[in-house]
Amino acid sequence: MLTIKNLHASVEGTPILKGINLEIKPGEVHAVMGPNGSGKSTLAQVLVGHEAFEVTEGEILFDGQNLLELEVEERALAGLFLAFQYPVEIPGVSNLQFLRTALNTLRKHHGQDELDAPSFMKLAKEKAKQVDLSPDFLKRGVNEGFSGGEKKRNEIMQMLMMEPRLGILDETDSGLDIDALKTIANGVNTLRADNRSFLVVTHYQRLLNHIVPDVVHVLANGQIIKTGDKQLAMELEEHGYGWLGINEAEAAG
Amino acid sequence: MAESNKPEDFVKHEYEAGFVTDIESDTFEPGLNEDVIKRLSQIKGEPEWMLEWRLEAYRQFQEMTEPNWQKVNFEPVDLQSISYYSAPKKDSDKPQSLDEVDPELLRTYEKLGIPLHEQKALAGVAGAGTPAESEAESTGGGGAYSNVAVDAVFDSVSVVTTFKEKLAEAGVIFCSISEALQEHPELVKQYLGSVVPRGDNYFASLNSAVFSDGSFVYVPKGVKCPMELSTYFRINAENTGQFERTLIIADEGASVSYLEGCTAPQRDENQLHAAVVELVALDDAEIKYSTVQNWYPGDENGNGGIFNFVTKRGMARGKNSKISWTQVETGSAVTWKYPSCVLKGDNSVGEFYSVALTNNYQQADTGTKMIHLGKNTRSTIIAKGISAGHSDQSYRGLVKFQPTAEGARNFTQCDSLLIGDKCGAHTFPYIENKNSSATVEHEATTSKVSDEQMLFCRQRGIDPEQAVSMIVNGFCKEVFKELPMEFAVEAGKLLEVSLEGSVG
Ligand SMILES: Nc1ncnc2c1ncn2[C@@H]1O[C@H](COP(=O)(O)OP(=O)(O)OP(=O)(O)O)[C@@H](O)[C@H]1O
Ligand SMILES: [Mg+2]
Repeated sequence: MLTIKNLHASVEGTPILKGINLEIKPGEVHAVMGPNGSGKSTLAQVLVGHEAFEVTEGEILFDGQNLLELEVEERALAGLFLAFQYPVEIPGVSNLQFLRTALNTLRKHHGQDELDAPSFMKLAKEKAKQVDLSPDFLKRGVNEGFSGGEKKRNEIMQMLMMEPRLGILDETDSGLDIDALKTIANGVNTLRADNRSFLVVTHYQRLLNHIVPDVVHVLANGQIIKTGDKQLAMELEEHGYGWLGINEAEAAG
Repeated sequence: MAESNKPEDFVKHEYEAGFVTDIESDTFEPGLNEDVIKRLSQIKGEPEWMLEWRLEAYRQFQEMTEPNWQKVNFEPVDLQSISYYSAPKKDSDKPQSLDEVDPELLRTYEKLGIPLHEQKALAGVAGAGTPAESEAESTGGGGAYSNVAVDAVFDSVSVVTTFKEKLAEAGVIFCSISEALQEHPELVKQYLGSVVPRGDNYFASLNSAVFSDGSFVYVPKGVKCPMELSTYFRINAENTGQFERTLIIADEGASVSYLEGCTAPQRDENQLHAAVVELVALDDAEIKYSTVQNWYPGDENGNGGIFNFVTKRGMARGKNSKISWTQVETGSAVTWKYPSCVLKGDNSVGEFYSVALTNNYQQADTGTKMIHLGKNTRSTIIAKGISAGHSDQSYRGLVKFQPTAEGARNFTQCDSLLIGDKCGAHTFPYIENKNSSATVEHEATTSKVSDEQMLFCRQRGIDPEQAVSMIVNGFCKEVFKELPMEFAVEAGKLLEVSLEGSVG
């Protein structure tokens, strides 16, 4: 589904990603761990097309398409979804209006009819409930005044609505209480399917107890330095990154 | 990746109302003098006192000089080079029914989406179509103007006013001011200039001398006007100025909601629009005045466009009366106007809700004045400015508490949104407080449409133009919700059009 080959990316001339290779097959869940500043969010942002990052080398194929040729919105419509580490606020634009625009754009892209207002409302309420957000949040401005945890739930709710081919979660678990962590993991798990994959960026093994990964990668200094199964996450939890010979101070490069 | 994906690249102005109607007109030779004023008054068959009033205004005007304290830059207007009267030619004196109105004129208004056929208006045929997404509620059919009476002003004259009979049943007078001078001279005489005196300011004095037409509304005691009233101003002729005069009176316990819309053809020269609007609310009366201003703003390089120099003032004269201004300004090359409220009656209320969008080389210096005279008077100011391109915008607001304004209160909120980094936004709040029991609260913010917001929207599949438009609409929400429903939808669409453009 997703193939990343020798990906190099830099921001304002500073290299951040330094040769990433990664292959995600349909139905798989991959976890990416690694010290602060190692390039995890950068990887996620490059995948969705953030323009601050320049790809200097390498390629990304998504369902056989050259992802780097596509605009941000084209990638989204092709089925890429990023739950942001820091979701932005869009004051005055209600969650409902935002979601409805997004969903109907997607439906139109797939040649489906737009959802009428009542069906949309029903769907939105159902998905909000799945992440334990009260329907009141649908009327509020996008992330406007939401708490950290509420923002994260809102991201997952959007993912549940959009049903992407590849869901990228950037530290969605950070800032969540224990119950919320489970709720969100359950939400993600209901989406798991043979033709849908996930790339889950996290610092904590805890999340991976709930969203069980097929593959775990460790990213350090812009490169994947180790790949394993879920066992790897547990060992990291126990021993820390020093165990892999990473000097955390240098890792950020 | 495309070279340019900054928010400002998705903002481009396409002016849809820029066409010219090919129609024969009676137009005065350019130039301004007493004879021009006499001729104007004569053509309109005005009473003698009206001519005297105009001439006195002209005398005062001649003593004045053009103001230059605003934060705008433009070549001074040569008042001798413009014509002060232009009206479509017609055989009969004044059209009595729609059948007698030139079909070319009817087509003009149809093209602009303004229905002059009452039946069609009721059926919503000529309306503005389906509203943009308003939450998830279903939108339903019906035109924007289904319950609105329209006074259509074309250059210097009112062409037609709809639903007059229906309004007359309720006792509401809604007609052109020329007609009011014929039919209800005592009302006009009593109130004209009572809010904006002849010598008020340069352009108001000019208007007092040469105003050609405009709307007149009188809502009698205790009557709630059964329809929205609206005037649609269209400048068509070249080298003419438009000087309309609007006078709205709500008698004791009456209420009315009024909307003004305006467009002009796309031309390389600047044209002057200097209107005066006076509102009078007596005891317990309420006037809501909304403007959707879409004059031609000039082209991408700042050529042409309307100079919009307007004096609008409402007098909340009676106790518990209320004056509310809501404006959405997207047009004009240069705008300066400060719809104001004089809160004279005890417990009277003044409101000002404004959205101003400037793009390309547009300049706007706009805001309001709230003059508190009565006890426990309250005013609210919510001003939203959006600047894009090379445009420059200033909010200028005066809140004044006179010694008599015991317990008066004001709340002011000014928010600026910048799109790109070549535009400017400025805020000039003035507060004069002569009563220690009065309170004033002021909030101001400046924000940008950020790259992060754009990325967020686009990551959800929303195209960049739609994303900008959505963010801007969200920013304006508090003001849009003050507009009559039908017009809120139209205003939203207008912003969308004003922000329309393609990548690169
Ligand atoms: N826009 C930017 N401008 C300059 N430097 C940046 C920018 N974005 C990221 N970086 C730098 O790139 C490096 C990688 O950042 P990234 O956000 O990808 O780390 P991360 O692995 O997600 O860290 P964390 O675990 O703290 O979220 C950091 O050193 C960061 O400061
Ligand atoms: Mg990160």
